[in-house]
Formats: sequence, structure tokens, C-alpha cells
Amino acid sequence: MTDATTAGADVGPVTTLATPISLDFDFTPGVAQSRFLKALATGTFVGQRCPVCTKVYVPSRGTCPTDGVATTEEVVLSNSGTVTTFCVVNVPFAGQSIEIPYICAQILLDGANVSFMGLIQEIPTDQIRMGLRVEAVWVDDADLTPSLASIKYFRPNGETDAPYESYEEYL
Amino acid sequence: MAERCAVIGVGQTHHKAKRDDVSIAGMVREAAKMALADADLTWSDIDAVVIGKAPDMFEGNMMPELYLAPALGAVGKPMIRVHTAGSVGGSTALVAAHLVKSGRHKRVLTVAYEKQSDSDAMWALSVPQPFAAPLLAGAGGYFAPVIRAYMRRAGAPDHIGRMVAVKDRLNALRNPYAHLHLPDIDMAMVEESIMLWEPLRYLESCPSSDGAAAMVLAAEDAISGSNPPAWIHGTAMRSEPTIFAGRDQVNPRAGRECAADVYAQAGITNPREQFDCAEVYVPFSWYEPMWLENLGFCEQGDGWKLTESGATAFDGDIPWNCSGGVLSSNPIGASGMLRFLEVAMQVRGQAGEHQVDGAKLALGQAYGGGAQFFSMWVVGSEKP
Ligand SMILES: [Zn+2]
Repeated sequence: MTDATTAGADVGPVTTLATPISLDFDFTPGVAQSRFLKALATGTFVGQRCPVCTKVYVPSRGTCPTDGVATTEEVVLSNSGTVTTFCVVNVPFAGQSIEIPYICAQILLDGANVSFMGLIQEIPTDQIRMGLRVEAVWVDDADLTPSLASIKYFRPNGETDAPYESYEEYL
Repeated sequence: MAERCAVIGVGQTHHKAKRDDVSIAGMVREAAKMALADADLTWSDIDAVVIGKAPDMFEGNMMPELYLAPALGAVGKPMIRVHTAGSVGGSTALVAAHLVKSGRHKRVLTVAYEKQSDSDAMWALSVPQPFAAPLLAGAGGYFAPVIRAYMRRAGAPDHIGRMVAVKDRLNALRNPYAHLHLPDIDMAMVEESIMLWEPLRYLESCPSSDGAAAMVLAAEDAISGSNPPAWIHGTAMRSEPTIFAGRDQVNPRAGRECAADVYAQAGITNPREQFDCAEVYVPFSWYEPMWLENLGFCEQGDGWKLTESGATAFDGDIPWNCSGGVLSSNPIGASGMLRFLEVAMQVRGQAGEHQVDGAKLALGQAYGGGAQFFSMWVVGSEKP
């Protein structure tokens, strides 16, 4: 790239131009995800149970991918769960909103049959482990919104680690 | 009975961090011209063009196939775009093969590419979504927890990932087209490289590359060129959702079923014994032992032992990624096609310094997305 502000007579033609890029979009969550997001605004996790295999999905997309049927039964889930696996992110990238290094974990809420990704804090990065029991920490009531921004992060809840066998099938 | 189909021409660019001397169109044309020359054909001999690349958002060019048609001699001919995330290079080649096997076309040009220097793939893979926390840090952030789960499940020691990182970079020294040429690579150098997504270090991860790959596929009565054909013995694709209760992320069912399908077509009952080599999509070192198990080269839990024993090294009994693999060159959309192309080169005896002596039968594999797309082919020097 040629920097036009410092261009002198002997600078060649501009062949490449780096330009900023952004992506703004409106998101229509649909019925199932609306319920999940609205529950977040009350500081609770709501999942849905498949009427065929009885597995509980959170967040639910409104159908069971295995059975291809609508999931209509709502299930209020625990505020606690288990870290099934994780990584410590130490790589900066454009648009990053969290200070590195941070712990990105798969969290299996008690009562759910799928894990989802969550940020773990209040534990040093070298002490995070599979099986750690964690709980969601919510923003102040006044700041709750129907979005994942309502969850500040997860932190250790003080319970004994879950045995590997209890979450092995969710890896 | 399907028509027989063979690879009769291959071409690839010298993969680099930045090809600022060519546009995307110039880059894909470079690979395509090489493939045509190898097959001793010209643009007018081609009946159809099948092109693939990873998500459009990487370079910000929507439907780039439309603008690339003139550069690939596709004006007035059928042109198909394929998109299956990182596996796309493989599935693009398979769509081209199926056009020939079905009897619809005699000679099909297939091309795949990525120009990562024009793009920000990390950004494109990490766009915040309202129903997921904004934690994902590119592909490494997605796969590192799965790798940790594999290590726990298989009881694999830490050094296995570093072994793969060294092995594939040593192989790349034999491949003039590879992006990374690190003559001093060793276990210590990998261990000293920065931790990006613990447990994955910088040198256990693939580079960002500019590059393109191309092949000419032909029906049996349209074979040309002075290099021997690589006959296609089997083709298979599978997919699965990224999230479902009970999904085995470490050893995805779609991969196992894809392998079973392609092996059945090619008469493979013992892949480790029957294949002379394999090119498998390993963008992060630990995916070698994981895919060794997924592809049935060993029992569950034994993949890391096979790697540790040296079996997959260039001089091992079942060399994997003699070209240096994705760990040494990663033009994402082309990375899958390079696996397919490299095994074709092996059974044609044209792999040069990284040729496996007397290679007759080989497996090419690619995977993509959240390990939700798989594509595979088996090629051989003998007619199927
Ligand atoms: Zn179900």
C-alpha cells in the first residue's frame, strides 16, 4: 500500500488499498430463541425439551436436530453447571471485546443436554479445569436485557468438581 | 454403472502469506493454466468449471465466481460454485468428479482458492451473534476445547501435538509449493512459540496463506497428457449439525460414516495397510491423532500412539501429509483441494522430493465448519 500523505515523485502507483469493513445486521430470533432471550432479561435460563428423545436444549432453536420435531415444553434450568472443556484465549483479533487472556469454556447447565460457550472469571487461568462447577453471575437487575449481555460471566460456585464420567458424553 | 473418472492435470500456486503481484482472478488462473498444461489441453477443451472457496465474508467479495468466470475460461459454459466451509476444496473436486462420472461432461476443470491477505478470516469467524457470547476467537478458539477433550479421553501426552507440528514442517521442506519452510523446526522451537489458544501454540496452528489449486478431471475416453492418470476409486461427502445432544465432537459420526462409504466403494478394509499414503486436513496439530481414529487407521484412543511411533512420518509405514499439509500451507478454500490434488500427484508419481516410493493407492480427506462437513476421495494408479 502506498501512503498518499508521504507520497513523493518517485512513489509508484497505488496497487492496494486497505479499507475498514463492518457488518451490521438486524436479528429476528423467532419463537424459541425469543423465549430464551426474554428469560435472560429475568436472570434465568430457559431451555426446551424434545418430546421424542427428552433431551433438553439451551438455547433451543425450536426443534430437535436429532428427531426433527418441534420442542415446545419449556424447562427452567439451574443457575449452575459444569465446565466440560475449555481453552484459554491469548490471541488478539479485530473486534475483540474481552481482555486477553480469558477462559472460554463449554458449560453444561444442570438439567441441560447440550453445553454452550461461556466466559469464566474469578479463577486464575492456570487453575481452570474440566469438571469445575460454576454459576452464572448476572448484571444488576436494572441492566438486564433480552441478550447474553445480561450474563456478566460464570465463576466457580464452590462445589466439588464433577467426575469426568458425569459429563463425558457431552464432549 | 458410472463412468470411470481420472485426474489428468494438476496445478497449484506457490502458497505465500501475501501474493500482492496478482489479483484473485490472476491467482486462480495461474493454477488453472498449470493444470491445463499438465493435461496437455487448452481452455476450449474444457466442458464445465467447478469452483470453491470458503465463506465470501473472508475477502468481502460476494459470489466471486461470477467475476472469476472470464479468468477461468468459463464464459458460455456451465459454472458451479461449491461451499462447504473449510472442506470446500475437497467437495468442489467431488462435484467435478460426479459431473464426469455421471456421463454429463468429458472434461471438467475444478479450482479452489483463498486470498487470506485480502481478508480477515479471524474477524469473519468471530462476528458477534445475539444468541452466543462473543468469546469465539477464530477457528483455534473453536477447536482447542475439542482437542483438550481428545487429550483427556485418549490419555494422550502433551508432546504429541508438537511431534505433528515438527513432522509436517519437515515434510514441507520437500515441497517447493509449501508456504512455510522452517529448516530449523524442532520440538523446542514449537514449545517456545507463543500459546494462542491453550493448549494450542502458534507453531501447532496453520498459517494464513494466499493460494489456489486446480485439477482437470476426465472421463476414460477423454484422457490426455503425458503424465499417467490418477483414477478415482471412491468419493463421499457427509455432514452433521454442529449442535445436538450426544454429539461426539472429538470423533464426529459424519466423518466415520463418510470414511465407511468411500472405503466400501474402493474396497478398503484395512486403511493403514492398503493405503500407501494419505493427505488429511490437519489445521491444528492434534487433528492428526484425532483423524487417525476417525478414519479407522487404528482403534479408538490409539491415534496418538500411531503418531508417536513414527508411523505417519515420511519414512513411516503410512505417511500422512508428505506435502507438509495444512499446517504448512493454508489458503483455506484451496486447502481441501490440495489434499485431494496431493494424493493424485502421489499415485501419478509426480510428487518430486515428497514422493512416496511406488505409491499406488491414497486417501484425500477434508473437513470444515465446526467439523460438520466431510469430503473424501480415494485415488489409485490402477483403474478401479
Ligand atoms: Zn429429540
